[in-house]
This record gives sequence, C-alpha cells and structure tokens, in this order.
Amino acid sequence: MKRLLGTALALSLSSGVAFADTVRLGTEGAYAPWNYLNDNGEVAGFERDLGDELCKRAALDCEWVTNDWDSIIPNLVSGNYDAIIAGMSITEDREKVIDFTQNYTPPDPSSYLALSADVDLAGAVVAAQATTIQAAFVANQGWTLVEFATPEETVAAVRNGEADAVLADKSFLDPFAGQDGLVMLSRMEQIGGGVGMGFRKSDAELREKFNKAIQSMKDDGSLNELIAKWDVATQF
Amino acid sequence: MRGLFSFSMFEYCANPDSLEGLAWLSCYLTTGKHLSFYTSFGTVLLLLAITAPVALAFGFGGAAMARSKVGPARLFGKSYISIVRGVPDIAFFMFFVIALDQGFEYLRHQAMCPDWDQPIRQGNDFIVCSAAKLPLSTSPQWIHEVYGFFLAVLTFAIVFGAFAANVIFGAMNSVPKAQIETAWAYGMTTRQTFWRIIVPQMWVYALPGLSNLWMVLIKATPLLFLLGVEDIVYWARELGGTKHARFTEYPHGDWRMWYFLALLVFYLAFTKVSEIVLDKLMKRLSLGQATAGGEALRRAAQ
Repeated sequence: MKRLLGTALALSLSSGVAFADTVRLGTEGAYAPWNYLNDNGEVAGFERDLGDELCKRAALDCEWVTNDWDSIIPNLVSGNYDAIIAGMSITEDREKVIDFTQNYTPPDPSSYLALSADVDLAGAVVAAQATTIQAAFVANQGWTLVEFATPEETVAAVRNGEADAVLADKSFLDPFAGQDGLVMLSRMEQIGGGVGMGFRKSDAELREKFNKAIQSMKDDGSLNELIAKWDVATQF
Repeated sequence: MRGLFSFSMFEYCANPDSLEGLAWLSCYLTTGKHLSFYTSFGTVLLLLAITAPVALAFGFGGAAMARSKVGPARLFGKSYISIVRGVPDIAFFMFFVIALDQGFEYLRHQAMCPDWDQPIRQGNDFIVCSAAKLPLSTSPQWIHEVYGFFLAVLTFAIVFGAFAANVIFGAMNSVPKAQIETAWAYGMTTRQTFWRIIVPQMWVYALPGLSNLWMVLIKATPLLFLLGVEDIVYWARELGGTKHARFTEYPHGDWRMWYFLALLVFYLAFTKVSEIVLDKLMKRLSLGQATAGGEALRRAAQ
C-alpha cells in the first residue's frame, strides 16, 4: 500500500508542471441533440458547438470529458473537471451545491411521449431520468415515478410497456415521436429556469468568463443561430 | 483513446446511405466508436490481469497479518478483512475512490504548495493548488484515463483483497495440525513452518474460495464505469441505444439487446475458460496432498 502510494507520487511528480489555462468541460454524451457521441466516439451536438465557441471567445483551451449523469455534480465539486455543460437546468436545489452561469437556452416546457395520446397521467406510471427536474416534477405531483440512469432507458421503458409515458425535454423526445407507435402528448409542463453551465462555488472567476462569453453570443445573435441549427429550444 | 480512429476502415464507407446488407454492416462495425468498444474488451482483460495478482497479494498479506503473533499487525489484518468485507461494493466504488483521489491530492498539496493560505474544503468544494491536481488539468485525456484505471485497479484490489484474505486465512488454518506438529518435531522455526509447510499446502484449501472470487471479479468489471473508465457495458449501452438519422450516418432503433447478447457470450465464454483452467490448477495442487482430492489422484495413478 505504502509502496503503491509512493509510486503514484513519483509518477505524478515526473509528469511535469505547466500552467496553461486548460478548462475541462464535463458532459453526459447521451442526450442528443444537446450532447451525444458521434460515429467516431467524439462529443458532438449543440453543447459541443456552444462550448467550443465559448472557449474561443474566452480565449481558453478546453477539453471534453464524459461522465455519468448520476455522478456529474460530485465529480465537478471534487475537481475532476471544471464545468458542467450537459443540458442541466438551473434549479434552486442544484444552486445550493454549485453555481450556474446565466442560461444559454430559455426556460422551455418539457413534453410527454406515450404509446397512446389519451393517457391519464395521474393514474399512469411515468418514466424520467434520475435526478432531473422532470423526475422531481413527477414525484411532486404524487404520480407513480420510475427513474432510469440514462435517457435512452426512459424511452425504452415506454416502448416495452414498463411505463405509460416519459417526461423529458421536448427536443430530446422529438426524434422518437412517430416511431414504434410513440406519440407526443399535447400536455406540456413549464419547469426549470433554462439551461446553464455549472461551476464550483469557489470558481467565480472562471464562471464570470463564461458568463461574458454567453452574453456576447446572446448579443450578436450567434446563440440563437446555434439553437436553431440544433433545434434544442426556443430562441431568446 | 477517443479520436484515434477518425477515419473509416474501408473506402466504400464514405457514403453509408447507399450501402446495404453486409457492406453496410462492415462499415457500421468499424466506426471509430465500435473500435473504442473493441478496445474496451482489452481494457477489461488488462484490468483483470493486473487486479487478480495484486488482490491476491493483498489477500495473502492480510491473512498473514491476521494470524500474526504481533498484536498491532493482527489488529490491522483483522480490521482490514472485516471492515472492507462489510462495506457495500457500490459505496466503496462511489465514495472511497473520490476519497482516495482527494487523499493523494491532499498529500501533494501539502508537499508542493506550503504557502497556500486558503482552506482546502470550501463548502462542498475540494480545492488544492493547481500544481497538486492529479492528474494536472493540463494533462492530455489519456493520462486522466490511465489514472482512472490505476484508481480502479487499486480499489478492486483492496475490495477483493479483503475477501481473498478471509479465504486464505481459513485455508491456512485448514492445513492439518499433524503436518505442523511434525514440522516442529523436525526442529523447524515458526517462519520455516509457515513458508515450507503451511503456504505450500494451503492453496488446495484456498482455491475453491479464490476461484469463486475470480468469477465474481470478472462480473464486477462493469463497476469500472463508476470510476470513469469506459468499459464494455458502457459502450454496449451507448452503441445499442437508438440512433436518429440526424445524429449519425448509421441510424438504427434500440439495438441494445444485440449488444448485450454479445456481452453475454463474452462473459460466458470467459467464465467457461476460467473454469477449465481452475480445474486443471486444482488437480495440480491436489497432487500428493492429504485431502480427498489428493487421495483420489493417488488411487487413479495406481
């Protein structure tokens, strides 16, 4: 044990000391069109384009990292990466643990996808991804909630009858509608305060850099263009 | 590893929409993402190849300490075995690893930034000076992955080492008393008795328990993803998920079942091969032993 520890220290000491501004961006990589892995296994999607542009404007050198949704906040606060950019809605609960930038998409309604258009949600089983605003919403309504670790599983649960409907961001559900008999319900829920980037509370300086970059993209209209290109949300 | 294969293997893959059947499949199965999937099988095998001997060493050390005549060593060995065995795996993999990582960073921080004046814990945040970060945030992604892999090996070794220690402890106590008394009668010291009589004979008692642990270890490798290492189950889930035409050149529905079927075949084949090897090893170890297995071998040879 001691020897292992010594080796670890020696290894890491020899890896050199350099202090360029590399910012590690953490994302989930499983939530198209927000963020997903393309055929080459690289992070792609709305947030890839957005993050790269923000880093360019803030003159930062950025690197992409994927992390499980469940542990995405714990790994941020323990310093494994420096920012979360993963379609994460700004909520009061999350703001107790991390700080958000201003939102880069406006507050948007969430939608339901089901096998039939006349599901009675109050008596139905509703699927949602764990620790999302949608899961919290369903739980608060007192409906029957089933949670899944990945977004893919929430849709699969409706397909195979385990759940009657799934609640998620409309842009994520859109491509599934019309396939395998899945239909979008007309009912929508206005939840969340828009999507922002998450930072450690002690990292105010870095957060401010991204805040400025987001503002400049809002001002020159390039953010709206990106939103339109990926069709993730309504525009500002 | 990512981004290493940013090209298609075959030239005709440039336009997948026009392809059908086997040609389409050959292109689909050789995308950069699939190559990462195939590489991850190597990651899992490498993890097993490194973890198993390290865990065995931890187990042997733990067992030797637990039966030591020196009080503190015995206490340490026994606490290691009972505490680690009692903590649920998932808790170990979620929290222990983060604690371990922070422990390393804390030590480096103390050594490298002695004049740092801010607290390391600020609310939920864990902040060390950037020179103490492990790996440095400027390191390329592969160093982060190697570090994650190293943490994984260490965590697996500690957890499985505790179970192995318990098995080996029992095995050492199962060596027939008469063997040990004979060793003493021949004038061997405690150390000689341990290395020449107990250790060579205990393996035959330890092997059934250890082979169980090996099988459990094989199946525990998906826990790797909790440690940020992208393993075969992660890739199977990712590749099998629904792919819409907007986001890929190879759109398909929910194919996770097929990918998990491939994993099933892999795990079954791997455990089968393990069983065959372990059976051979058991026969080899039973040779000349004063056990039922050894007796059977002796009779068969007559």
